[in-house]
Amino acid sequence: MSVTRPTAAWAGLLAPDPETESFWAGARQHKFLVRHCNACGRSHFYPRHACPHCWSDNCEWRPVSGHGRVFSYTVIHHNEHPLFRERVPYIVALVDLVEGVRVTANLVECTPEVVHVGLPVEVVYEQVGEELTVPQFRPIRR
Amino acid sequence: MIDSVRAAARVCEASAVGGSIAAMSAQVCIVGVGESDSGHLPHKSALQLHQQAAHAALDDAGLRPHDVDGLFTCGDEWAHALLVAEYLGLHPTYVDSTQVGGASWEFLVGHAVAALAAGRCTTALLVYGGTPRSDALRRRRPPEHAVRGPAQFEAVYGLTVVGKYALAARRHMHDYGTTSRQLAAVALAANRWAQLNPRALHHGHPLTIDDALRSRMVAEPLRQADCCVWTDGGGAVVLTTAERARDLRGGPVPVLGTGEAVSHLHLSQWDSMPDLVAAAASGRRAFEQAGVSPRDVDVLQVYDSVTIMVLLTLEALGFCEGGASGALAESGALEPGGALPTNTDGGGLAANHPGTRGIFLLIEAARQLRGDAGSRQVPNARIALCTGTGGFLSACGTVVLGT
Repeated sequence: MSVTRPTAAWAGLLAPDPETESFWAGARQHKFLVRHCNACGRSHFYPRHACPHCWSDNCEWRPVSGHGRVFSYTVIHHNEHPLFRERVPYIVALVDLVEGVRVTANLVECTPEVVHVGLPVEVVYEQVGEELTVPQFRPIRR
Repeated sequence: MIDSVRAAARVCEASAVGGSIAAMSAQVCIVGVGESDSGHLPHKSALQLHQQAAHAALDDAGLRPHDVDGLFTCGDEWAHALLVAEYLGLHPTYVDSTQVGGASWEFLVGHAVAALAAGRCTTALLVYGGTPRSDALRRRRPPEHAVRGPAQFEAVYGLTVVGKYALAARRHMHDYGTTSRQLAAVALAANRWAQLNPRALHHGHPLTIDDALRSRMVAEPLRQADCCVWTDGGGAVVLTTAERARDLRGGPVPVLGTGEAVSHLHLSQWDSMPDLVAAAASGRRAFEQAGVSPRDVDVLQVYDSVTIMVLLTLEALGFCEGGASGALAESGALEPGGALPTNTDGGGLAANHPGTRGIFLLIEAARQLRGDAGSRQVPNARIALCTGTGGFLSACGTVVLGT
């Protein structure tokens, strides 16, 4: 599933904003950051300034272990978007991290025959262009 | 099955116990429905389809454009309701432009019922038109902007619209053993209804289970046959108070109950996946108000942009236990002659899907209850239920209609 991506186009895909730019900055340093609420003790993802559980704004960025399990997945066979047209088939999964948040990512180093609900996975970082690093997940090798 | 007397009694009971809401609903009726042309309409604009559908619905009700004082419409562009009002030459004094995707129309019925019952307007027009099929063929697509906000965390992974539904389908398969063949049975039921509806896109194009299971894979486990058709078209519904409805020509269809609920937008935030909690909540409210239960429903219109949506909705509304919807579909219950006639016009899977199609659920339900459904008429249909689902299994609106 390794495909060379047109990196220039990727630079224009995302418009990071004050709530998300720290996440992408963390990814560039190979850290997967989630927001943790010091008031109620729960983490959340995607990142918000204030906690969606208790509305406290006493939240901070915390790196997670990067370990989790596949909650569900799909193998995309059709996508007309120029950045993904040539990549099919590729896997998109919902991954439940051990820290209690659910994230979306591609599964890499993994074929559609191997993936299943409950598959243990770990984060890896994919560099797409100079600016953008994307966290991905791969099966944990035993 | 339920007779109208029992239904009416239950409405009275519910209003006595539950206060004014049920009484409010019972005072509002659908008095006109209409559709524009449908299919591939490269020479018609979306606004033109709004006008065509509105004209048909007002004619059906025996009303004139100047009777409309409440406008309920939604679309993709800025200030859509203003554009539609101006184009149609309307000057409404009540406007609601709630946009929650395909379910918007079931939400808007609930809002129209409240507005009419409160005396904020006297004639409510719900109207929709869209030309996504022609727009796509002309490559007139919205420009691709850089993705902002939370959508970044899906966009960077190439999660497509069908892919989102596929995540729910895969999880349902994992939890309950639902099969691709059971999903195909939903597509087959829609296609069989479409053979009875000359306006359906797939009319004259029968499908078999094997055709469905051999169709192109889009996002595993969903294939082309699991996905809705893509058409141009429009629809309109006119509502007024029961008191005014008595003086109009169309057979009034009383709104017995409505409910709406929202659970998430992005799939990672849907904690209860694959339980369609928004449908459960909206259904509970609508059933309660109407004083009916799933076993009383004679004909069912369920949003079906993909097959899995129908299965999740049947479970959430209580038409079967969690996990039993696949077997229910495979038994043929949803098909013509089945125990639970569902999407009797052929639905989004086989009839039409012009962007959002929640309004067509209401139109078909009203036709069934008025006995106007021709060769696809469900005998003795007295209670119809419409559940629209919008976003990505995110927002559900339920409307119970009677006779």
